[in-house]
Amino acid sequence: METYALLGDEAIALGAVDAGISAAYGYPGTPSTEIMEYLQHINKETGKPLARWSANEKTAYEEALGTSFYGKRVLVTMKHVGLNVAADAFMNSALLDIRGGLVLAIADDPGMHSSQNEQDSRYYADFAHIPCFEPFNQQEAYDVMSEAFELSEKLHVPVMIRLVTRLSHSRAAIKTSPRKPENPGIKAPDVKQWMLLPALARKQWHQLLGKDVQMKQFSETSSWNSLELNSKSVGVITSGLGKNYFLENSSEYTENYSHLHIGCYPLPTDRINKLASHCETLIVVEEGEPLIEKQLRGILPQSTNIKGKLSGDIPREGELTPDTIRSVFGLSPKEQITFDSSELPGRPPQLCKGCPHDDTYKFIKEVVSELSESAVMSDIGCYALGALPPLQVPETIVCMGASITMAKGAAEAGMDNVMAVLGDSTFFHSGLTGLVDCVADNASVTILVLDNSTVGMTGGQETILPSDRIKQIALGIGVHPDHIHVIDAHKKDHEQNVQLLKDELAYKGVSLIIPVRECIEYFRKKKRTEKKEN
Amino acid sequence: MKYDIILCGVGGQGVLSVAAAIATAAGIEDLHVRQSEVHGMAQRGGAVLSHLRISDSEIYSDLVPQGSADMVLSMEPLESLRYISFLKPEGVLISAQEPFINISNYPELSSIHDQISKIDNSVLVNTEKIAKAAQNPRAANMAIVGAAGKYLPVKMESLHKAVSILFKNKGEDIVKKNLSAIDLGGAI
Ligand code: SF4
Repeated sequence: METYALLGDEAIALGAVDAGISAAYGYPGTPSTEIMEYLQHINKETGKPLARWSANEKTAYEEALGTSFYGKRVLVTMKHVGLNVAADAFMNSALLDIRGGLVLAIADDPGMHSSQNEQDSRYYADFAHIPCFEPFNQQEAYDVMSEAFELSEKLHVPVMIRLVTRLSHSRAAIKTSPRKPENPGIKAPDVKQWMLLPALARKQWHQLLGKDVQMKQFSETSSWNSLELNSKSVGVITSGLGKNYFLENSSEYTENYSHLHIGCYPLPTDRINKLASHCETLIVVEEGEPLIEKQLRGILPQSTNIKGKLSGDIPREGELTPDTIRSVFGLSPKEQITFDSSELPGRPPQLCKGCPHDDTYKFIKEVVSELSESAVMSDIGCYALGALPPLQVPETIVCMGASITMAKGAAEAGMDNVMAVLGDSTFFHSGLTGLVDCVADNASVTILVLDNSTVGMTGGQETILPSDRIKQIALGIGVHPDHIHVIDAHKKDHEQNVQLLKDELAYKGVSLIIPVRECIEYFRKKKRTEKKEN
Repeated sequence: MKYDIILCGVGGQGVLSVAAAIATAAGIEDLHVRQSEVHGMAQRGGAVLSHLRISDSEIYSDLVPQGSADMVLSMEPLESLRYISFLKPEGVLISAQEPFINISNYPELSSIHDQISKIDNSVLVNTEKIAKAAQNPRAANMAIVGAAGKYLPVKMESLHKAVSILFKNKGEDIVKKNLSAIDLGGAI
């Protein structure tokens, strides 16, 4: 047994390795990125496990399925919105006969520290009919892995671990257990249970509904769901980090609350009923959507008084904190120094000084300022920061890859001068298929792939393929060679780049401009590792 | 014993290294530590905030409650004021005095310094001078660690050990300069 101070993400990674995984796949996304980074760090030192970034979350998930098909344990990791990308593979995987344990670690971002929404992945687990664990501290994040893999292999289903930013990115000491050996490679014994043809899928679906009962049994008896009956007036249901905040304030409570902590799903309905019949009022403290509270309430009238996010007793938006739950427990806010910091100017994130995107946006901005109608559809990555002052160039930011396809839709609706701006990694993630659509219909769009050779926003992971191949890909797909331009993202070429963009906007067809310059953060990171290795 | 610290500054200023130094020192003394970090978008030149909690018993929340921090420790004066709502009325505010100006509407520096000095227990640190004296322009954050030293529930000796561990990879010279920045920070 050894002790380490680890991020929640790192505890997940180490837990997976000690649970005997053979491989891990994922796509970087805050707050999940450090899971794979830590696995890669372990791989560097010990040669194991295989720890790979994939082109996107869907390919990662499918690669993981392949590992599981061969009987080995595999972890797949992504941020919450990444699961939308992987949803096709994910939803169908619940119907398969999983033999090599398949665990997905999904990191939600309540409060949207670095995300475009607050979606709650527990809904996905419920939607797919798979079990979900929700660790509340770093030790649990480590411990949960071996339990999740065992459950996956016992019930033959994928198992989800739901993380949130505050756990992923906070550090504490954990104790580890001895490492389990890897599973031997054994092909899935019955391939019929891996072919979702309608006739076979119907059988699998029937089987999955049968597994629902087993999952429920597990949840009902699991130590991850613990019930303590005390006070008869108020019972508290916590899940995930809600438990920490509930306990944080405990020295101030005048009542010894009854308490049910939910650490795994499906919901332990018997225990919930036990608590409800013991207490008059229930307080529900959960991070994210009011998933538990909603199920407690249903539609029909009920006798128990329920307080939570739906009743307005806990804020519906943003992260939970020890402060946001004080009032529902009847505690007044703590005394603070009187100072109004709302008057202070904000300091939003911005592009790094000398970032190549800055020079690209400057020439786009100049061209746009002279046009009567134009649109700049952007995407997810560092370049989204160009939407903030002083640049303010991007006009839409929706989801990975949407820049190209939204540009196509707008152009086909008759809009003039439509541009798509995305990064090299986003292009490989899900821009490529959009480009195929554009070429197929000869859409009048100008696509700018900002090539900085890295995944910048998440800390400089390598782009999946050398980004200088994007030109060859475009040629291969059929973008006209006269309308593909690889240029320098540099202010010395500003005038020239302005002219080029004007010319390409005038062309009624697909244009691809690739402004190239390395991300300066990535450049520094590379220098540092080179120095270390020498 | 329980000691809560709010660490703040601007992305890129080394706030995480300040947190790591103090957290490692507390670990050396076998104390419980929880440290919440900022990764991702905010690190790009935005306001960053890290919660560091040290205790001799179990710590539940990763986040410090409002009005509970024993210390606000900041790499930047404007940022130190942004998170003042976390500070206990009797808590101490320690901030570098040098502004980091990457926004067009940065207030008059003297007014920021004035507002800081109005807080009962506040210390402004000339980190530039200390870093220069330590012959390491990048040691401003270790000067801040040093300045915090006498209030923290860990020994100076443990902070020294922590810094030696954390900077080991960077070579003996860097370790020495960072240790000297800590000592100079501690002497003010
Ligand atoms: S990390 Fe790289 S791409 Fe992102 S803003 Fe900084 S220089 Fe630009």
